[in-house]
Amino acid sequence: MKKPLLHFNAKGIYCQQADVYLDPWKPVKKAIITHGHADHSRWGHLQYITHHTNVPIIKHRLGDIQVAGVNWGETFMVNGVKFSLHPAGHIIGSSQVRVEYKGEVWVFTGDYKLEDDGIATPYEPVKCHSFITECTFGLPAFKWQPQKEVFQEINQWWQENREEGNTSVLFAYSLGKAQRLLKNIDASIGEIYTHAAIENMNDVVRNIASLPQTKRITKDTKKEEIKGNLVLAPPSAHGSPWIRKMVPYVTASASGWMTFRGARRRRAIDKGFVLSDHCDWSSLLSAIKATGAEKIICTHGYTDIFSRFLNEQGFDARTEQTQFEEETAEELKSGASKLERL
Amino acid sequence: MKAFAQLIKTLDSTNKTTVKVKALANYFKEAEDKDKVWTIAILSHRRPTRPVNTKLMRQWAAELAQIPLWLFEESYHIVGDLAETIALVIPAAQEKSEKGLHQFLTEMIALKKQSEQEKEAYLKENWLSLDYYERFVFTKLFTGSFRIGVSQKLMTRALAKATDIDEDILAYKLMGNWDPSTTSFRRLILEENKSDYLSKPYPFYLAYAIENEPQDLGDIKHWAAEHKWDGIRAQIIVRENELFVWSRGEELVTDKFPEFEEFTSVIPDGTVIDGEILAYNNNEIASFKDLQTRIGRKTLSKKLLEKTPVILKAYDLLEWGGIDIREQSYQKRRDLLERLINQTDSTNIPLQLSNNMRFESWQAAAKERERSRTVKSEGLMLKRWDSPYLVGRKKGDWWKWKVDPFTIDAVLTYAMRGHGRRSNLFTDYTFGLWDKEKKELVTFAKAYSGLTDAEFKKVDAWIKKNTLERFGPVRSVKPYHVFEIAFEGIAQSNRHKSGVATRFPRILRWRQDKKIEEANTLEDLKNLII
Repeated sequence: MKKPLLHFNAKGIYCQQADVYLDPWKPVKKAIITHGHADHSRWGHLQYITHHTNVPIIKHRLGDIQVAGVNWGETFMVNGVKFSLHPAGHIIGSSQVRVEYKGEVWVFTGDYKLEDDGIATPYEPVKCHSFITECTFGLPAFKWQPQKEVFQEINQWWQENREEGNTSVLFAYSLGKAQRLLKNIDASIGEIYTHAAIENMNDVVRNIASLPQTKRITKDTKKEEIKGNLVLAPPSAHGSPWIRKMVPYVTASASGWMTFRGARRRRAIDKGFVLSDHCDWSSLLSAIKATGAEKIICTHGYTDIFSRFLNEQGFDARTEQTQFEEETAEELKSGASKLERL
Repeated sequence: MKAFAQLIKTLDSTNKTTVKVKALANYFKEAEDKDKVWTIAILSHRRPTRPVNTKLMRQWAAELAQIPLWLFEESYHIVGDLAETIALVIPAAQEKSEKGLHQFLTEMIALKKQSEQEKEAYLKENWLSLDYYERFVFTKLFTGSFRIGVSQKLMTRALAKATDIDEDILAYKLMGNWDPSTTSFRRLILEENKSDYLSKPYPFYLAYAIENEPQDLGDIKHWAAEHKWDGIRAQIIVRENELFVWSRGEELVTDKFPEFEEFTSVIPDGTVIDGEILAYNNNEIASFKDLQTRIGRKTLSKKLLEKTPVILKAYDLLEWGGIDIREQSYQKRRDLLERLINQTDSTNIPLQLSNNMRFESWQAAAKERERSRTVKSEGLMLKRWDSPYLVGRKKGDWWKWKVDPFTIDAVLTYAMRGHGRRSNLFTDYTFGLWDKEKKELVTFAKAYSGLTDAEFKKVDAWIKKNTLERFGPVRSVKPYHVFEIAFEGIAQSNRHKSGVATRFPRILRWRQDKKIEEANTLEDLKNLII
């Protein structure tokens, strides 16, 4: 039987006709990379192709690799297969991959969200026949507020902490969420301090986008100067000795998982802001509709539930296993520390 | 509702007791009186009975969310809290309701008598007129208790702070039968009101489990020991020739124990006794299970009364001659109690003294404690002879010194997702023991507690990778892990496949050193039945 244009094998999502992998999890010859998070851009491929704004990011993470940058919508042919990258809106430099061969079109989303977050190039729907979509938050319980409202809450939280003489420690991934927060928080409230893992990434991102001024926390940073200000730190800093310098402080996390009261309480964080770089339930559905696709393949997240629902809605949906980290609330911490190591 | 929802949100978002007390005290200062009374009622487990069953609520919520019921159920299993799930899936509010907490509760009570259509219309309308957190709190009022780490004690402390009334006096005022729909804040909290006091019990004094060795309590001559009976802790009140029986859960259960009516003939007016209700057959204490069965019955048939008679084992005397004597020493209270009970004819009246013992040494006390199971007690209670009768759970003067629990090694067979802070994690486990030939595992108990968060996380990850079958929220898993299960009691049971029922099973340890072949058999378990 003829293999479909894209299929899932032990190394990743494979296009046999072009001998190209999308976000492979094992070393391959030629890899198209959707974005810079460690579970999508892994080490050891001979050749990387990605959006040009993602080039400095993955170089920062993976070191000296052979990588080619392309523009949005720019097509490139590999053995008769036409590839192009389109904005996914997940984090800065994140793309969807469009694959076309003999009139058949597939799209792989990588990770994506629909809302314009002010820093990532906003998501653009791409028409296709088959759509490979993540569904990290593929449950009707997930419903995002417009980010403007969430940032009002964050600003108010910081302001109140400041008035009570507390430092606000906000946990966020060093790539993506941290810059989104920086870009949108009201920097006039006070100073913004950053953990080294985040500031290293900021240095890279500042070449691509503008960010407000931040202060890197080093061993010379005085405890007194931090007080009342905002500290951005990776989740792995929670409960570490590093954080003692921030006393007195209150903690918060900004993530889609903060939807669940239990998730915040379990992780002993004072405040949770529901802010995600993935699609919520209704955006997943509207994104699928906008592609016009009939075949839907659901990867990481609540795949079984989501594909069952899609089938009931008349789509031809199925699930595929990937090795993208199922980013559950529990694994946020370990996932993040893995990121920091790379 | 806004103020109450905000209060719950604040309480839910901190683990610090001081912050909780402050938030509650502020609320008690500022909220409407009617809302305050209802807040006190809710935080002291006096919510109105549920007017709608949860099955209908799920169905209506799924309809409003325009999702199939199965998808609602799947979401519920992952979210781990019904009210939270309902609040999350329902679309955002169109218009905002300005009703107060007391209005919602009054409507909720009235709803009980209304038709299903009216109930549906009511819930749907209100779900759509509240914002997310208010909707969650509103739904919680219908579905269950708020697990926000606010005990009645903590609430009372905040109320004391807000009103400048002594905490113990408030605890007493809040006891007993008062109805939040008819009681005003003034009458409940602020006024002295004699007539309410006829049936009012005192707050129970509760002991903590002993932390170290009993020797650390000092010279045994300061301590009285008595057996800790395994029944229903109760207060018996005789005032103005009327009898009131209160359970520790502050339920008035006088009707459940008609044999106690006799007490009014021997106990003088103005007497309050603290004791334990026990099933008692042929001059012997019967099992807790028998008592439980009797309590569970709606109507007390003559047959049941004959089959499972009860007695009261008296521990303490709290009121004598209409005077509150809780401040007097335990020694003095016991003397009065003993004099009272020794005068009564215990062959006809189901009232006995719970004997207390003086030991010469801690070793001698330890020996008596080891005998506990044979006399159907759970261990010993240690009380200082000079101790007053305090309010609530306090350390220092009284200690529980229970016998060590039974333990058995069992195999994890099924798992289910937990609730609250364990939502989305598999933390509710079912355990099996081997049949005789060690061929098959027979389910014998479920346990939810005993592992650390880190251990739960590990077991959760293992379960997700080693699921055999899924039955809705439940998964069967590969028999692989052995856990040591502790439990307090054991009895034969026809309701369980294993033929035995255990009391309060919990996980003692994860036995990673044991293979499943080394787990115990059902025979081993049955051999523990005395």
